[in-house]
Amino acid sequence: MDIELRNIHKRFGAIHANNNINVRFSHGRIVGILGENGAGKSTLMKILSGFQPADQGDILIDDRRIDYKGPTAAIANGIGMLQQDPLDVGAFTVLENFIYGGAEGLTLKRARAEAQLSELTARFGFELDPHQPIDNLLIAQRQQLEIIRLLALGVETLILDEPTTGISAEQKDILFDALRRLARDEGMIVLLVSHKLEDVIDLCDEVVVLRAGLLVGAMDMPASDKNLTSALIAETKGQLVTMMFGEELEAQSRPHYEIGAPVFSADELIVHDLRLDMQPISLTAHAGEVIGLAGLGGSGQELFMRACARLQRVNSGALHFDGDNITNASYRQLFRRGCVFGAAGRLEEGLIAGLTLIEHTALVADDKLQIDWKSVAKRADSRIDHYRIKGAAVDQIEQLSGGNQQRMLIGLLPDDPKMLILEQPTRGLDVDSARWIWTQLLERCSRGAAIIFNSSDLEELVTYSDRIFVFYAGRVHEVPDVSQTSIDELGHLIGGEF
Amino acid sequence: MNIGNPRAIAVRITFLLLPIAISLAIGAALVIAVGRDPLEVVDALWKGAFKDTRKLGGVVNFWIPLTLVSIGLVVTFRAGLWNIGVEGQMMMGALFASWGAQYIPLGESLAPLLHLILIALAALGGMFWGAVVGALKIRLGVNEIFGGVALNALVNVISIYLISGPWQPRIGGSAQGTEPFPTPALLPEFSARFPTNLFMIALVIAAFLIVMVMLNATRWGLNLKAVGANMRSALLLGVATERTSMSAFLVCGALAGIAGSYRVLFTFDNLRPLASGGIGFLGLLVVLLLSIRLLWVPLIAFAFAAILTGSTRLQIALKLDSSLAGVLQGLLVLFVILFHGVQEVFFPQTLEDDETAEDSVSSVSSVVKEKP
Repeated sequence: MDIELRNIHKRFGAIHANNNINVRFSHGRIVGILGENGAGKSTLMKILSGFQPADQGDILIDDRRIDYKGPTAAIANGIGMLQQDPLDVGAFTVLENFIYGGAEGLTLKRARAEAQLSELTARFGFELDPHQPIDNLLIAQRQQLEIIRLLALGVETLILDEPTTGISAEQKDILFDALRRLARDEGMIVLLVSHKLEDVIDLCDEVVVLRAGLLVGAMDMPASDKNLTSALIAETKGQLVTMMFGEELEAQSRPHYEIGAPVFSADELIVHDLRLDMQPISLTAHAGEVIGLAGLGGSGQELFMRACARLQRVNSGALHFDGDNITNASYRQLFRRGCVFGAAGRLEEGLIAGLTLIEHTALVADDKLQIDWKSVAKRADSRIDHYRIKGAAVDQIEQLSGGNQQRMLIGLLPDDPKMLILEQPTRGLDVDSARWIWTQLLERCSRGAAIIFNSSDLEELVTYSDRIFVFYAGRVHEVPDVSQTSIDELGHLIGGEF
Repeated sequence: MNIGNPRAIAVRITFLLLPIAISLAIGAALVIAVGRDPLEVVDALWKGAFKDTRKLGGVVNFWIPLTLVSIGLVVTFRAGLWNIGVEGQMMMGALFASWGAQYIPLGESLAPLLHLILIALAALGGMFWGAVVGALKIRLGVNEIFGGVALNALVNVISIYLISGPWQPRIGGSAQGTEPFPTPALLPEFSARFPTNLFMIALVIAAFLIVMVMLNATRWGLNLKAVGANMRSALLLGVATERTSMSAFLVCGALAGIAGSYRVLFTFDNLRPLASGGIGFLGLLVVLLLSIRLLWVPLIAFAFAAILTGSTRLQIALKLDSSLAGVLQGLLVLFVILFHGVQEVFFPQTLEDDETAEDSVSSVSSVVKEKP
């Protein structure tokens, strides 16, 4: 099948998220959809996959105008989308998730479905136990399941939104192999929405680039010949960045600040988890220091951070902050003393859907009973200005794009914290936004804050950390001097080679 | 308010009037089905509620406790809590007030002081019962709906025990009620022609204004809203979430307790089983119907009070069961909520920017808002 989008427009209030987009996707091609946060790529893909209607414009499949409403109708037309967070049902098993949405008639025909499921998993080298509950699966496995489910529904175009976020390198290889086979052998269209230029260069045949709602460019990728030299990758990357931002970004580096007195320490800390055998962890963070936690998702770093922030029970060991034992303190007590936790899920933990930017600002402003809305509004405006948030103070937070929500979240952090514990502070952000957020964080370091953060982006870890702790299946390895390590070495450590 | 284009206004007005019209039509059809003239029913309802100032007094006496609990429920709903236990909190307030009415020996000359003490006691009683629901929820993770239902049952058992045990009348003891309270304890009528209590009316108005200001202009109100919308995020943003939830239960409990005291110190003159009379549950309906908008609570509570008070006349005048009024009321609630859902799905833009920062119960009918 071939797909053509003609004159697609979509507006959200004052924002023209898709401005007259015209693009054609041909069968058997893997196409990268690139653009910085808020460029309109997710919007375009949601229109194509039926999750939201366009204000204007046509979708043509094999030169036939198609008018569908809703994702189910899109799937019936052969277009399926894999969301960034897989849309599955946690309590169901793999098999049940596979069946639902697809079953015709009243009975579930389990045996046939199970045969189909194992045939498809085998074909793509996926590992899925049909009887495992979804809750026990890794993100990567849930993606695999979703892909297989869409394939079983007869999808000929597969859209993937940031599929490599939160999955390991091996899982990524498996995923990419499967996607290549779908395109080469079965003539499917694969559309990849991603910020990760390496992934796009590695996988895609061509890319289209969006900027501020407009389609600003398209180019073929050199990937097909498989002889990707690092020079070629760098060159292509440069070209893509130029298209995305209109200018080439220089290599990242950061200033280092004087490391001060210890602010925070964990001594022989043990946190229990059903799926993880956690070893005792000891770590001391000093004023002005940035400590990066590396590891595949679910290796124990998230648990450790939450235990440090007193959001997770500590089973043994001790925590000290600012000279006091806080092993049994509450998060709120820590918060009031300047230790702030930033969670990865913005609208789940951190921001409050339904509240405006002003109200968010007021929440963290002070403790006085009466709220001076005028001064709060002024403060909100200055945050919006300073943090370059695209949105108005009276907007509700969920009206902002993901990147702008993240900026607001950082904007809500206190100006002079003693300690920041941040889960994936730049998750899902484009290079420019991520770098800008780090500028803000490092500014706080320069005034004496200690930062502990985790990330799945090795480059980010190597660039910004003074020290790195690598987690693997509950074990921890320290990289004391980050300047002496490389991304490659870190990759091996993350795989458990220590 | 979103006074945007004429179409949005048209949609709004349509969705305001249509559910009322439809429920009236169905109600009329029901009346016709049992062989009566709908206009007769309307006439009887009207006369039952507004024929003279005496009748109006009856409406006001229903309105006072209903408005008090509804204001309290706006607070708990704002914090995302389903305070089903409000009925029991009313009852506990009634029990505390009844205790005071029987055992605090203050004579006629000190009656106003006694009334203040009794009302304060009732508030304490309601707060106590609300605090139990809150503690169960916060400390032990018992959902406030389950806790509330259990405590409602419990307080009823306690009241029946008291009425048939320690507090039973000296002569002719039964489970019907305690002896009438001493006169100084009873809240006085303004006049025989307008039999209601002015101090309580003033108290309702004060409670309304204070809660309105507290919700919209203070950190407490904002904290409630934040906790109600997303407890986890609120905690991470530094809100004392447990204290905030508890404060909502306490405020609602206090107002419900005062409402309970009005039932025993004015409406009945003694303590009876189920003295709260389902008013707490009716308050839930009022508040849900308004999508937790405080501004309209007194008005809608008044409409409910008028219909229910008026319905007593249906039986006398038309030999119709007075539960017909309940049917009408149920129909109205059903259609308002139904049409609210329809409006959200098909005309979401006409709901945006509704009032000042007041939002609808997302758990009743929520839509996934599109975002760029």
